[in-house]
Amino acid sequence: MNPMKNVVLFGATSAIASAVARDLAEQGARLFCVARDAEALEALLADLRVRADDPDGARILGATADLADSDGHAALWQQAQEGLGEVDSVLLAWGTLPDQAACAASVDETLQAIHVNGTSAIALLARIAPDFEARGRGVIAAIGSVAGDRGRQSNYTYGTAKGMLATYLQGLRNRLFFSGVDVVTIKPGFVRTPMTEGLNRAGALWAEPETVARGIIRAMRRGREVAYLPRKWWVIMTIIRLIPEYLFKRLKL
Amino acid sequence: MTASWNRIPRVEHAAEVALARRGQPLPLDIPRPLLAHGLGRSYGDVCLNPGASLLHTPGLDRFIAFDATTGQLTAEAGLSLDALLRFAAPRGWFPPVVPGTRFVTLGGAVANDVHGKNHHQAGSFGDHVRALTLRRSDGQVMEVTPEATPDWFAATVGGLGLTGLIETVTLQLMPVRTAWMRAWSQRFDSLDAFWELNARAEREWPYTVAWIDCLNPGPDGRVGRGIYSAARHATTVPSRSEYRERRRSIPLDPPVSLVNRLTLRAFNHLYYRQPVHATPRAAHHLPWLFPLDAIRHWNRIYGHKGFYQYQCVLPPHTAKDGVQALLDAIAASGQGSFLAVLKTFGASAAPGMLSFPRPGATLALDFPEKGRDTERLFARLDAIVQEAGGALYPAKDARMPAAVFRQGFPDWETFAEYVDPEFSSGFWRRMTA
Repeated sequence: MNPMKNVVLFGATSAIASAVARDLAEQGARLFCVARDAEALEALLADLRVRADDPDGARILGATADLADSDGHAALWQQAQEGLGEVDSVLLAWGTLPDQAACAASVDETLQAIHVNGTSAIALLARIAPDFEARGRGVIAAIGSVAGDRGRQSNYTYGTAKGMLATYLQGLRNRLFFSGVDVVTIKPGFVRTPMTEGLNRAGALWAEPETVARGIIRAMRRGREVAYLPRKWWVIMTIIRLIPEYLFKRLKL
Repeated sequence: MTASWNRIPRVEHAAEVALARRGQPLPLDIPRPLLAHGLGRSYGDVCLNPGASLLHTPGLDRFIAFDATTGQLTAEAGLSLDALLRFAAPRGWFPPVVPGTRFVTLGGAVANDVHGKNHHQAGSFGDHVRALTLRRSDGQVMEVTPEATPDWFAATVGGLGLTGLIETVTLQLMPVRTAWMRAWSQRFDSLDAFWELNARAEREWPYTVAWIDCLNPGPDGRVGRGIYSAARHATTVPSRSEYRERRRSIPLDPPVSLVNRLTLRAFNHLYYRQPVHATPRAAHHLPWLFPLDAIRHWNRIYGHKGFYQYQCVLPPHTAKDGVQALLDAIAASGQGSFLAVLKTFGASAAPGMLSFPRPGATLALDFPEKGRDTERLFARLDAIVQEAGGALYPAKDARMPAAVFRQGFPDWETFAEYVDPEFSSGFWRRMTA
């Protein structure tokens, strides 16, 4: 079991990461939360400090940063390590759900969406991996998506970024295995978060962020390689991956 | 489609927006009027806004501050009492007033000034609210307290969400030693026996409630037998103190209501025959305070058509005759209720202009939707309530005539001056049309 005592959450104000943060705060973990929006971060930290019985903010720390700006990653990572003393796990959770139609109409939108959801996360992973490797333990987890498993016309820009992230994590997992570090790819299905507001969210495929958060913490503790959350998405995506491309291209998915 | 707990009325909304953060302006791009909607556990249309817009508040569920020495808690208004209990009970604190379900938000508890089984000792929810923030459609954010802004406080507590968006609530919690209670229950065979038992029990027990069998008469030939229950917070934890709530679920709508004359009679008979324990014994607070919360979607037993709840309060001097008259009318109609609940309110004045709790006795009943028969029965019950000088509970209402509301809530016109011009509800339009 990996310890989850000193955890850095990148993109902590996202609905899924917030739910993870709440559970960890209640379990007594020390947290360093990074988010872009200062007001949202303050509200999150206040909530976590109440849950953690930490009114003075000794164990629940945070910093604002735009994680799409990879130049800032080094200083931020430094600050997180100094704040927590020792980091045993990190979760990368920032991202946006780009409008595929807008991406199809604009090269800039496409590249921007791929940067925010893909390359910026890879930049941070590349930055922190050597530190984990040197220490020889800990867990690195990042939130990918089932959308990364196969390109579909409705959201392939997002899917490309998440697919790239998943491949990078795969390689990193292989590399860090030999130094005792676990790398966990989280693949949530449909989750009722502000990111997906506006979609029709009724039905059995939609999950609550709290459910997904519990699954993330479990997967990180156990050092699972790839965690589809909820688990039925593994079955769904296995079937979707098996559809031959000459058929798949004809589908309206 | 967003519905209330009893699934009547079925209405469409022009827009529904999930609020995710406090301190934000009200959404500009959706049709007016607006109404906050929490967990949808109220009945009827106090939480609905047909043809207009809903602001869903459960995403506003952050704690803001908690003082572990005084027990004062500030949180966003979408926080549920369930989440509050999970936080507070292990720390030795408890919400001083809880309704019959813990799946309500703080904002909803304020807006309906909810009461619990301990009203005779603790008053209503609003009695323990120390401050609120209220976002008005003109962009103003008001800090509302009973001391500094007593009129706005009285308008917003029990104000059915109409004075603006309640964003945060500061609540005084009460200290408890354990998460357990000491509870007893006892059968009574008539309403007279209930009143006698109640007078004695209320003096010593902070939580009291009675269930009435409204189908099967007692030995005096009149309906009014039932089971009386009382409890207090325990000071010691029982030796076998593991408690795990077993939650079951009604997975889907049965094609027809499972509540009919046959099942009602059988249920009421069996319920009356359940084992009772006249000497106090340990009970966990969850099953004692929230027995129906153990069955998810229990409202589905009435089928797709939904059901009505009828909850009235009668003042002390008319309560005894009035409650008997109501039960007689129900028995005569042949439309019994699954859960008929009778409880007396304490003497304290309610904190809100439209607060439902007031000195007297409150009777709450469920009825399946049976069209004209149900309408006729309610008209008969309304007449008894009006004659007794009583009132119906807006949070439980899908059908009361405006005249009944205006008689029961004489301050409604004063209240109307505090209603935000861009907020309204189906209920409010029904009562003021």
